[in-house]
Amino acid sequence: MNATKRFRKALFNRSKLRAVIAIFVFLVLWEIGSRSKDWFGFAVPWIGHIPAPTAVVVAWYGLIGDPGYWQSWYMSTLRVLAGFFAAMVVGIPLGLFMAVNKTFNGLAFPSFEILRPIPPLAWVPASIIFWPSQELSIAFVTFLGAFFTIVINVLGGAKSIDPRYFQSAQSMGSSQWDVFRRVVLPATLPSIVVGSAVGMGITWEVVVAAEMISGGGGSGGSGGGSGGGLGFFIWNSYVGGSYEQIVVGMISIGIAGFISSELLRKLGSYLTPWLRKR
Amino acid sequence: MSAVLQKADKAEKGALKGAIRIEDVVKIYDPEGAAVMAVDHCSLDIPAGEICMIVGPSGCGKTTLLNAIAGFHSISSGKIFLDNELLCGPEKPMAQPGSDRIVVFQNGALFPWKSNLDNVAFGPLMQGKLGKKEIYDKARSMMADAGLSGTEHNFPGEVSSGLRRRVEIVRALMNEPKVLLFDEPYRALDSLTKSVMHEALLEIYYKNKVTIFFITHDLEEAIFLGHRLVIMSSRPCKPKKIIDVDIPHPRDYSVLTSTRYRQLMDETIELVHEEAKKAFSAGEKEG
Repeated sequence: MNATKRFRKALFNRSKLRAVIAIFVFLVLWEIGSRSKDWFGFAVPWIGHIPAPTAVVVAWYGLIGDPGYWQSWYMSTLRVLAGFFAAMVVGIPLGLFMAVNKTFNGLAFPSFEILRPIPPLAWVPASIIFWPSQELSIAFVTFLGAFFTIVINVLGGAKSIDPRYFQSAQSMGSSQWDVFRRVVLPATLPSIVVGSAVGMGITWEVVVAAEMISGGGGSGGSGGGSGGGLGFFIWNSYVGGSYEQIVVGMISIGIAGFISSELLRKLGSYLTPWLRKR
Repeated sequence: MSAVLQKADKAEKGALKGAIRIEDVVKIYDPEGAAVMAVDHCSLDIPAGEICMIVGPSGCGKTTLLNAIAGFHSISSGKIFLDNELLCGPEKPMAQPGSDRIVVFQNGALFPWKSNLDNVAFGPLMQGKLGKKEIYDKARSMMADAGLSGTEHNFPGEVSSGLRRRVEIVRALMNEPKVLLFDEPYRALDSLTKSVMHEALLEIYYKNKVTIFFITHDLEEAIFLGHRLVIMSSRPCKPKKIIDVDIPHPRDYSVLTSTRYRQLMDETIELVHEEAKKAFSAGEKEG
């Protein structure tokens, strides 16, 4: 009884209801727009060329049993995870070390700041040349997308720690290592979380573009879009003239990005309980 | 030296620790460039167990003195002793920060990522003098004594600012310091919360007689709490006048309506106001 009540309450709370209505209205307008080529005698500028949502759903339904489609999901997710975790593993210690050590910061920061503004996609040709396999070059570009964001966030977060925390930790007898472990790390954690969330978003943007440009990873791309990732899936659908599949690919990326940032948000809030309420 | 204090607890005095002697201390910021003198040949003797209120306008250099005692900043010349042991002097311009001198900061420096209880237990855990269980037992009972039961598992950000200050004082006391250094801790509190905090601080003080070096620009607070007021001249900072507050401890808030309190207020307000004006016009010139 109580559980069903709570369930109903969770389902029908106002903001969720609003979100559902908004998506529904959007879909209806889209459907009408693409079905009727003109509205009240005026030609609809571009929505008329986009496949209607019902057509997309039909195409999607046809793809659910297609292992090639799921292979695309799998490949892109794998690349995103590889690039993202590599960026965390390299970026977090680098950012922390730059914040803690002035000499190292002086050495590393200038080159870092020159490389940072280069868009990850500008690295695509160079990384295809430098890395032995297509797969590695895509993963490297994905890594770059998250790497700079994570480093700059960690560095900024660690540098803006209130000096009073260091002073009181020292007064209470903390060693250098204690100060690092019990002050620097937890104080930087919120910035690490923010940097990772932003970095994850960039990673999805980059992986798709890199897959399109590089043709989806060597020999894997032979099976008509299978093995090439979602970016290549979209590109392949475009080349093959199947416009419904383009939209399916786009929405798939939207869903993938949403799920990964939602997971990161959950993890972040679990790691920083002191920021939760307030 | 405070006549009040000598009378008040002569018998206890031998046991008390935490006498601070400041000898001719000078602090010049940026000696090769702008050479701003923050502290000018300042000498001050604070007997163990005294509440010494350092009164002066904002930005007059009081905090510089506090930082020198705590070991956060160096001094340019002079000497500072704690119980006749040299903290800093000509050969050692910066004192080593230590758990015998704990600062309670202006805006508080509780670690926001630790629960109140973990904050309170932090010092002893770092020093490793006691076992973990003893430390947490002691932390719980000290928090209970200070009226903080029920907030142990909250984060500092989840309790009121008044409670937060109290947690911070308990955290400081857990280190069994000889000296507590207060840097305008109640500045951001409203006056009603402040009055509650003042009584709570005195209560804590009566239980744990430590030396208190308390910086403030609030005269009411200074007279209510202190054994002595040290009125500082502004820029550079130097004791201008020392006033004994001969209102007997223990005190409560009825002190504020006593005639002696008003007399002291009248005596000091002129002095402080003069310095505030000086600091204000100096600030304007720089701006």
